[in-house]
Amino acid sequence: MRSMNAGDEAALVTGGSRGLGKELGKALARRGARVVLVAREEEALGRAVAEIRAEGGEAHGLAFDVGDKEAVHRIAGAAAALVGTPSIVVHNASTLGPVPMPLLLDTACEDLERVLEVNLVGPFRLTKALAGPLLLERRGLFLFVSSDAAVSAYPRWGAYGISKAAQDHLARSLAAELDPIRFLAVDPGEMDTAMHAAAIPDADPATLARPFGGARRRTSGSWSSTEAQGRSGSRARRSCPSSSPRGISSS
Amino acid sequence: MNDAATFPASLAGITPRGEPIELRVAGAIVAEALRATVALLGPGDHRTLTEDRPPPPPVAPGDRIRLAGGLVATVAALDPSTPRLAEVVFGLDRPGATAGVWAALYRAGRPVQYAHVPEPLALWDVQNVYAGRPWAVEMPSAGRAIRGETLLALARRGVEVARVTHAAGLSSIGDAAIDAVLPLPERFEVEGATWEAVARARRVGGRVVAIGTSAARALEGAARAGRRTGITDHLLGPGTRRAIVDAVLTGVHETGTSHFDLLRAFAPREVLDAALARAEAESLLGHEHGDLWLVWGAPRRRADVGPGAAARGPFSASSPGAPAR
Repeated sequence: MRSMNAGDEAALVTGGSRGLGKELGKALARRGARVVLVAREEEALGRAVAEIRAEGGEAHGLAFDVGDKEAVHRIAGAAAALVGTPSIVVHNASTLGPVPMPLLLDTACEDLERVLEVNLVGPFRLTKALAGPLLLERRGLFLFVSSDAAVSAYPRWGAYGISKAAQDHLARSLAAELDPIRFLAVDPGEMDTAMHAAAIPDADPATLARPFGGARRRTSGSWSSTEAQGRSGSRARRSCPSSSPRGISSS
Repeated sequence: MNDAATFPASLAGITPRGEPIELRVAGAIVAEALRATVALLGPGDHRTLTEDRPPPPPVAPGDRIRLAGGLVATVAALDPSTPRLAEVVFGLDRPGATAGVWAALYRAGRPVQYAHVPEPLALWDVQNVYAGRPWAVEMPSAGRAIRGETLLALARRGVEVARVTHAAGLSSIGDAAIDAVLPLPERFEVEGATWEAVARARRVGGRVVAIGTSAARALEGAARAGRRTGITDHLLGPGTRRAIVDAVLTGVHETGTSHFDLLRAFAPREVLDAALARAEAESLLGHEHGDLWLVWGAPRRRADVGPGAAARGPFSASSPGAPAR
């Protein structure tokens, strides 16, 4: 496994209090990054920060909602004050909308709007606030956590799938505009997380990967990523068997 | 370009004696120590000229001023020159880490407002597109002219863009005793890559354009100090021999302001007076958030840019006043 080094990088992970976000935060901190976790729930956030610090990593928790317009520049400013301008940004926070997940015919417009605010507009706003200084440095990595619901249409996954399809295209469009900053949309596969349990309560956890830790142990298949390639428009799916996508230690 | 983000520096609070007060952060907050110099103002908001606001209630060292969201500013010391400038340390009224204090500061703070700007400025209104660490308490607002499109266009034309970070502090309050000591000495950081970009420009006969007076102050302050990071009280003005900066993009400022004096390091008084008259005739908007001038300086003297000056350049990153990340 190619060892990655994120030393001397500042990283920001949304949805960082649990599940994949927490594990990505841990993984970045283990590789030397100064990590800021963002999540709504202050207590869970505090526990995630404590876990990273217990391993000797540097972590800070900012309790904000990425779907709140007022929060975006507060997150960006406070994060930069704490660890410097983030050069690695993981857009991991997302919402399914109401659960059990309704048919689109039964989805309230306000619920669709909220899903888009958190899963699409929030990452858009936060990228706007964080990409500019990286453009001066001509470096940086934005990772959007995607889903196969972005590509395939499943009954009852409409609001979520729409938001993730748009988020994938947001990543591609940003990549087309802001070279050499890198934008990746990654589908981590099905994992044993609180969100998965909310979506599919009957799923057998034994069939699910553990977030990140599980993916690392597997030899193939769990992580597939889209290298956002706006210019060619191609969607290059590939698997990242033993580590997260190349380039997480941005050069 | 000065990549300092603008911190929402205006904080409404209540003294231990129950009196309303405004704290206005005057310089960058030291990140880990959560310590800052603040100007103290009486009750009121930006719709009242600061000159016309009542004086602040008295505070003393040890006082805990309560701000929004459980944020507390503890007065560490009063400035010897005026009791309206205080050193405070920010904290929470409950256990919490540094990040919690920063989150509370960002929730409680409002951007400094200007009486001449009709709509209240939101936090996103006072950020340049390339803003990073929140070192500024007033927006380095010449950067408003720079959009993402501008950065790409400059790159296409072979113009190198480099950044400095300069903690643009409060420029004035409207109180004579405070204004006499403003701006306070300001933190700056000029990274090695920026210094190399300046050297490359020199080699090919290029010129250095500062986006905003704060970027000019960072570069000239660094050159004068002979180091890349530190605190500078170097003010540019008439007779200043510039070592680095050939031109500055700046707001339109009238005679008698410190901004206008700074421009006299670039152009003689009569040129600036004529430009000002022209600006008034064309109804340009003055002050922060108004229209802009690009002021090309008279050529720097050879002696200022020769090998001697380069050797004195700020190559050393270490300094006692090096700011926290």
